[in-house]
Amino acid sequence: MELKTNITAVDGKQELVITREFDLPVDLLFKAFEDPEIVAQVMGTKVLKFECKKHGSYQFETTDGKGNVVFRANGVIHGFVPNQKIIRTFEMENTPFGVQLEVYTFEPQTNQTSRLNMHVIYESAAQRDQILKLPFAQGINFAHNRLQEIMNKLK
Amino acid sequence: MNLRRDVFQAIADPTRRAILLLVATQGMTAGTIAANFNTARPTVSKHLQILTECELLGQEQKGREIYYHINAAKMKEVAEFIEPFRQMWDDRFNKLEALMKNYKTKNK
Repeated sequence: MELKTNITAVDGKQELVITREFDLPVDLLFKAFEDPEIVAQVMGTKVLKFECKKHGSYQFETTDGKGNVVFRANGVIHGFVPNQKIIRTFEMENTPFGVQLEVYTFEPQTNQTSRLNMHVIYESAAQRDQILKLPFAQGINFAHNRLQEIMNKLK
Repeated sequence: MNLRRDVFQAIADPTRRAILLLVATQGMTAGTIAANFNTARPTVSKHLQILTECELLGQEQKGREIYYHINAAKMKEVAEFIEPFRQMWDDRFNKLEALMKNYKTKNK
C-alpha cells in the first residue's frame, strides 16, 4: 500500500519536513495532539505530563515488563494556537541526539479532510542523519529493545 | 581509511554531490571529472578518494586509465534510511486517523 506520509530531507541540511493528509476535519486532527490519551496511544508510550499551552511542558515515559524505564522524552510548548499551530521542543533523555524544535501546522483542506505539516529542526545535519538511521522499522515504538541496545552503546 | 567515513558525510559536500551526478550516466577518468570543475585537480582527487572510501564510487581499470563509476547499491542506502522513518510516521498517523474516526463516532 502506498504511504500517505511524505518526508523531505535535503542532504546536508539539519531539518526535515513531514507532511500528511488526513481523512479527518482539522479540529479532530488537532484534538489528537492535545488529548494526552490519544497521544499515548499514537506514540505508544505513557504520558506523565502534558500541558498544552504556551510555556507548558510534557513528559513521556515507557517502561518494560519489569518496570525498567526504557524510553523517556520531554519538551516544552513554545506556541499553541488551537486548530492551527503547535511549536514545541522534543528531547529523548539520556541519548546523544540533542534537542529538536518541532513546528506543527494544521490546515483544513475540505470540511472532512486536513493536512499536517511537521517541520523538525535538529541541532546539526549530522544529528538529523543519526536519528534517521535509528532502526525504526523494527518497532513503531521507541521503546523497542533493539533501539535501547543501540542507545546504550551510544551512551 | 584514515578517518571514519560515512555516506552522509560524503554527500554533505556540494562538489561531491556534483561528482556523483556527473558519473551517474557513465564512468569517467579523474581527469575528465576534474575538467568539469574549477577546483584544483588535487582537491578533486581528494573528493574522489572520499567517495571511493565510502563505496559511493567504484574504480575500474581500462588499459592505462582508471574509470570511476557510481555504486548504485550504496546510493540506495541513503534513501533507505528515510524509508523506515517514513514508515514509522505513516503507521503512527494511520493509527491516529483510526482513533480519531472512532473518537468522532463515540462523541456524537
